[in-house]
Amino acid sequence: MRPFENPVIPQRETLLAVENVSLAFGGVKALTDVSFDIRKGEIRAIIGPNGAGKTSMLNCINGFYHPTHGSITFKGEKRRRMRPSAAARGGIARTFQNVALFKGMSTLDNIMTGRSLKMHKGFFWQMLRYGPALKEEAGHRRVVEDIIDFLEIQHIRRTPVGKLPYGLQKRVELGRALAMEPELLLLDEPMAGMNLEEKEDMSRFILDVNQHFGTTIALIEHDMGVVMDLSDRVVVLEYGRKIADGTPQEVKRDEKVVAAYLGVAH
Amino acid sequence: MAVTAREDTFPKLIALNAQIRPARTAFRHKDFGIWQSWNWHDVHENVRAFAAGLQTLGLKRGDKLAILGSNRPRLYWSMAAAQWLGAIPIPVYSDSVAEEIAYVLAHAEVTHAVVQDQEQVDKLLSVIDQLPTLVHILYDKERGLRDYDHTRLHAIDSLIEQGRELCRQDATSSAIEHELQSGSGADLAIILYTSGTTGRPKGVMLTHDNVVKAAEIGCSFDKLTDNDEILAYLPIAWVGDHIFSYAQGILAGFCVNCPESPETVVEDRREIGSTYVFAPPRIFENLLTLTMVRMEDASPLKRKMFRYFLDLANRVGEKILNGDADVSALDRILYGLGNALVYAPLRNRFGFTKIKVGYTAGEAIGPELFRFYRSIGVNLKQLYGQTEAAVYVTMHPDGEIRADTVGRPAPQIEIRIDENGEVLYRSPGVFVGYYKDDEKTAATKTSDGFVRSGDAGFFEPGGHLKIIDRAKDVGRLTDGSLFPPKYIENKLKFYANIKEAVAFGDHRNAVTCFINIDLVAVGNWAERHNITYASYQELAGHPLVYDMIARHVDEVNRSLSMEPGMGGAQIQRFLILHKELDADDGELTRTQKVRRGFIAERYAPLIVALYDGTRETDVSTEVTFEDGRKGTISAHVHIRDMKIYPVTPTPLENAA
Repeated sequence: MRPFENPVIPQRETLLAVENVSLAFGGVKALTDVSFDIRKGEIRAIIGPNGAGKTSMLNCINGFYHPTHGSITFKGEKRRRMRPSAAARGGIARTFQNVALFKGMSTLDNIMTGRSLKMHKGFFWQMLRYGPALKEEAGHRRVVEDIIDFLEIQHIRRTPVGKLPYGLQKRVELGRALAMEPELLLLDEPMAGMNLEEKEDMSRFILDVNQHFGTTIALIEHDMGVVMDLSDRVVVLEYGRKIADGTPQEVKRDEKVVAAYLGVAH
Repeated sequence: MAVTAREDTFPKLIALNAQIRPARTAFRHKDFGIWQSWNWHDVHENVRAFAAGLQTLGLKRGDKLAILGSNRPRLYWSMAAAQWLGAIPIPVYSDSVAEEIAYVLAHAEVTHAVVQDQEQVDKLLSVIDQLPTLVHILYDKERGLRDYDHTRLHAIDSLIEQGRELCRQDATSSAIEHELQSGSGADLAIILYTSGTTGRPKGVMLTHDNVVKAAEIGCSFDKLTDNDEILAYLPIAWVGDHIFSYAQGILAGFCVNCPESPETVVEDRREIGSTYVFAPPRIFENLLTLTMVRMEDASPLKRKMFRYFLDLANRVGEKILNGDADVSALDRILYGLGNALVYAPLRNRFGFTKIKVGYTAGEAIGPELFRFYRSIGVNLKQLYGQTEAAVYVTMHPDGEIRADTVGRPAPQIEIRIDENGEVLYRSPGVFVGYYKDDEKTAATKTSDGFVRSGDAGFFEPGGHLKIIDRAKDVGRLTDGSLFPPKYIENKLKFYANIKEAVAFGDHRNAVTCFINIDLVAVGNWAERHNITYASYQELAGHPLVYDMIARHVDEVNRSLSMEPGMGGAQIQRFLILHKELDADDGELTRTQKVRRGFIAERYAPLIVALYDGTRETDVSTEVTFEDGRKGTISAHVHIRDMKIYPVTPTPLENAA
């Protein structure tokens, strides 16, 4: 009667492969020769001390930055330069370290914006909000309501997000990313600034998203406890280089990782 | 119109509703932002299929089925489906921690459990070792459960679907029909575990006859019909919800509306506009506090208008509602204007626009609070009830509404007061006994069928019953004066700034008191006065907060000094507790009543300090979080001395 404990992850196909990626801003090397892969359906954590290049890595993945060297293969398609909009259309959604919502808009409207890529009727039709456009909007609304229910934010449906506490804003942002029905979800510090209870809730949601929608998730997180509990595999960056890659247990034992996090005796 | 049952069990009544009012909406549930609805035909069909499905899972006559979750149609249907098969549904308070739930489920030897979602499934799985009899768990909401082992875990929807398939076969269909007809009014309908202010919860057994009769009393008293609407939002394990949202809904055929989530209740009630409302005083209090807090932020003009018309309502509103003649024409016109500008919008805010009758019970309600709602045109009444009576003991008849009494004996109910002041009652709704506890049953039920309520009270000259406290709680100070703790606490709690109060004084030389401030009200006050605070604890310890609370305590003392027999119970010293009293720490019951004895033990050092003259003391307390983990908080608590008013000596007649 118990849930399956630690299901064995089959060797699943690679959804995204990062190969020898380097990124430099002028003389500053943000990433140096980083390679790793994200498999379909897994939760992949990217960890590392401050300034290790974690957010830069996410920015490369969703096309916001273009790697100076190396390549990123997403769904078998290799590319070097891609615009964020193309990444979004390709099925990559993300949330941001500092919440980036439309503060004056309601929760519902914010999540609806996540559907805008999926709206097919043109601007003109949408302005009329009549006939086919209305029907399409109703369809999208259904998806959004599903997400609102999933994230248990019914009570703030009509509340402007600027008025919400931080923990809830994070949840709304996750909702907006989910509205895109992404194949790959990038979460940049989803639990930053949360208290213990909010963290537990958010962990639950991340696991549920992964299980329920089968979404592949790559997340950056500082809370080691959370990372170890949530993720299937962890990649560790330090000063823009990959220093370890493996299951949470393996990574925890890795000397380089321990050194990076705890410091070594000189 | 008196509602009389033509059928003797609830599943039969549902079948009857499906015949006589098939198209009338029976249940609504706001889901995905839309009110989904089911008419009586659908409900009958679903309950029947649900019963057939439960039968395939081995549920049979006499088995127990536990129900854990908030108010959702499928959970209500599971009660009816279990009753259909002659099994006994046992709703459990879903916010209880796993250990408490385990006790009830083990005590009742539950074989099947119907739960709301993953949270409840996990809770049950965490104590599954203590529940050897539990075979199957059914859930309403799938989120997060997809990867669980489904050999003994089932989705309600798929079970109903399966049952529907089975019912298409003639053999099953007639077998299910046979099950329905084999039920009778004398069968056990439900076991409701009372939260118990002391000790372990007790299982109150009620038959279909008990519940049907009790539901009838209320339906005919307030002339409920199938045009009524109710919002089901109180715990399903509570007898009130069972009678109002389940029994009366099915009996009168009215619609039961289930809110989207506990946080959306106010909004949802507004959308539905329920005609029949039931709420404990604290809900009415919260609504009012929220409104008052918001009004503080309104523009000066609006505030002025609000104040003016509320004063007017306070003066004449109740008289108008009661139909009194001595209201001047000018006042009536002004009240009409106030209705357009203030009262109607307020009622709309509260979701009381279409309200026919509203009840409050469970705790005493503050007279100001009570009058406020009545004065803006809400027909609010009080009733006094108990799980053992299937709710109804006394209630306010129309036109005889008073804040300080609980009304006259309800129809078909006999009441007597015994020599020590305890209220005893007998009615058709009176329970069979406590499940597996003959000793307690014998102690509660007299040989002639009266039930000891455990409450001390007296009939006042007008024939209304007045409850003063739990009979065993009414104590004496060492100087012999009467000490009714709850009476004192309620007086304190009527102030919006005070959320809870716990009074001590039995066998002591003076009355002292713990106070919990209301974080919303006091927090807002602090904001307006530029008082910064980081936590409840800090705000609670603030000297200005102490000053404010001291003013309230002083007013209570003055009012006690003026009441017959209560003057000796004035509060001599008080302190503001450093943490909020919480059911998770065992300080409150699940229905939010204070467990005085437990609190006294837990905070023994503070009580010592209250009586030894200390002005301040340190304390540290263990707290339990909702997931069962524990932590400690410590604080430095101050104690205030109060002025005692001289007493006008009049003896209190009749009371304990």
